[in-house]
Amino acid sequence: MAKFSKNDDSLVVIIGSGAGGGVLGMELAMKGIKTVVLEAGGRHGPQDFVNDEWASFGQISWLDQRTTSGDWRVSRDFSGLPSWIVKAVGGSTLHWAGASLRFQPHEWKVKTNYGNIKNTSIMDWPIDHKEMDKWYTRAENHMGTLGTGGRERLPGNNNYKVFEAGAKRMGYKNFHTGNMSINSKPYDGRVACQQIGFCFQGCKSGAKWSAGYVSIPKGEATGNLECRTNAQVIKIEHDKSGKVTGVVYADAKGKQQRQKARVVCVAGNSIESPRLLLNSESSMFKNGLANSSGEVGKNYMRHMTASTYAIFENPVYFYRGTTMAGIVTDESINDPKRGFVGGYELETLALGLPFMAAFLDPGQWGRGFASSMERYDHMAGLWIVGEDMPQSTNAVTLHKKLKDQHGMPIPNVNFSDHENDIKMRNHAWKQSTALYKSVGATKVLQTPPYPSTHNLGTNRMSASAKDGVCNRNGQTWDIKNLFISDGSQFTTGAAENPTLTIVALAMRQAEFIAKQMSSKAI
Amino acid sequence: MRLLNKSTISRRTFLKTGTVTALGLTIMGPMIIGKDKSWAATFSNIGADDAATLIQMARDIYPHDFLADKYYAKVIQGYDSAAGKDKALKSMISKECKKINSSAKKKYKNNYRMINREVERVDILKSNTKSPLFAKVRGDLVTGLYNNKEVWPKFGYEGESASKGGYLNRGYNDIDWLDKV
Repeated sequence: MAKFSKNDDSLVVIIGSGAGGGVLGMELAMKGIKTVVLEAGGRHGPQDFVNDEWASFGQISWLDQRTTSGDWRVSRDFSGLPSWIVKAVGGSTLHWAGASLRFQPHEWKVKTNYGNIKNTSIMDWPIDHKEMDKWYTRAENHMGTLGTGGRERLPGNNNYKVFEAGAKRMGYKNFHTGNMSINSKPYDGRVACQQIGFCFQGCKSGAKWSAGYVSIPKGEATGNLECRTNAQVIKIEHDKSGKVTGVVYADAKGKQQRQKARVVCVAGNSIESPRLLLNSESSMFKNGLANSSGEVGKNYMRHMTASTYAIFENPVYFYRGTTMAGIVTDESINDPKRGFVGGYELETLALGLPFMAAFLDPGQWGRGFASSMERYDHMAGLWIVGEDMPQSTNAVTLHKKLKDQHGMPIPNVNFSDHENDIKMRNHAWKQSTALYKSVGATKVLQTPPYPSTHNLGTNRMSASAKDGVCNRNGQTWDIKNLFISDGSQFTTGAAENPTLTIVALAMRQAEFIAKQMSSKAI
Repeated sequence: MRLLNKSTISRRTFLKTGTVTALGLTIMGPMIIGKDKSWAATFSNIGADDAATLIQMARDIYPHDFLADKYYAKVIQGYDSAAGKDKALKSMISKECKKINSSAKKKYKNNYRMINREVERVDILKSNTKSPLFAKVRGDLVTGLYNNKEVWPKFGYEGESASKGGYLNRGYNDIDWLDKV
């Protein structure tokens, strides 16, 4: 494995090793470009993942201090935990469920298709579905996405069978076990799914794709990629001309190190990425790096989410098998007749007993709650994920007083639902309640959003420099050798789980960076 | 369908003398003995009276009639050892227990844990949900009770599965009643 000098200023330095950073690192390394990925966490994999929700949460989660504000219920129920993401090699692709959906064509151009929606900052993406098609295909082949490339989908588990029976009774037409990046047959040197469950806790069999144990090792095998762990970047530095020159990071012992760079790519997830740009303020860039538009940290999106859990007379054991292999896509269309723009997906979901207690109805107690918990093994469940409206006031900002262990201001995450989000959530709860009642549910519970795993939009891509942080290649408008490489570049969020799009954009960006480097443009 | 057996039984026997609470707990000095005599614990820092109050409160917060008191008592035992090192916690527990008992006496003429009717005890808890003690007990129970591996089988949860080969051959898709609904 490569090990590069901290004084080597010919390197591409990538901050973060998840769906964006991990895949970008692999792609650049395969093109022969020397790359260092700096990962804030340690390295975990199938060998040390644990089938235990709280133990795993302690093992891999990003637990650094954060604050929250706004009217979202997460801020009340989990005030210090706005997001449920990972601090380890592979980032949140250790925790992700595996759902790999392409954006629908209209979702690249929502301002054009939805019109001006009051109190939002919606824009069209500066790229479209035609351009993304080949990158999606490439991402699907890398990840082994089922339902694409001739790869057969997973068999349905008990939770899916209940869901499917309900979907049929509802008259839905488009449902299946999902385009999961989980092997249904051995693929790319990894085994087929053993129906273990615990997909959120890191896949013990390695059947689920993760940047941590698939992409990063492929990059390392080229000899061009170094993945340096326990290296938390706290500042990006620049020269007098305004070009970035490297980063300062805290190592495992908290000691500050400086890594020089020719190109810097930010991929620390939509809370840490803007935080890092804001914390890198200087006399030249007083509002933080790449922030001449003032958009860094703004337009924070988290998807319109919620869950529905239904209790049946007979047992389901919904936790057996893959956590999220089941989808109904009928509601993901844009049909304003429903009272809102955009759409949502219904995806099967099961939690273990410990997390069900924490998330079913946070703060509730007494006989009603206990009675639901006692029917845990008779439950079926689904997650609702839909397009939320970007709003300028939903933002990641630096806390005015609180600092982390390295002396850097911690992030505050402010979020309030848009009226469109609330209408969509209520519609989704209504439809999914009807779905479960159609197959005999005796009680249906409408569960509020969990801390966010889909953090998006805080360094958005725009057609013009005044409206966003980066251009159509994720290159920041202000600094040509500084790139945004994670979900924070999303202009809008679409209804689909974001990982596949983050991976496809990273592959596309790698090609752009390689060309720019070979032509000496950067 | 592969169904789980949810009942598991273990009993130990203790002598029973002393005060009996609504829950049927017996208090002898700093010691509490469970009603089915299946368990006993000593609360030398917070005292058995307050401990019994907290065990009752824990059960009223998440009342599962199929769970023995020992599962609730285990969370409160943690408070007793913590209170040995944490004076603020110790005094908070004592102060808040007094408050809850005083509202119980005012309305139902009895200490909280001596009130026999659950609906009346819950009424007292409802008027004390702002109490830091209530918030602490409820919050800690979420993990203290539901993350106790001993209770998982009683809820029909099987826990870790990778070492057993997952559910591929153990019922991930064995639901057999859907065609009857």
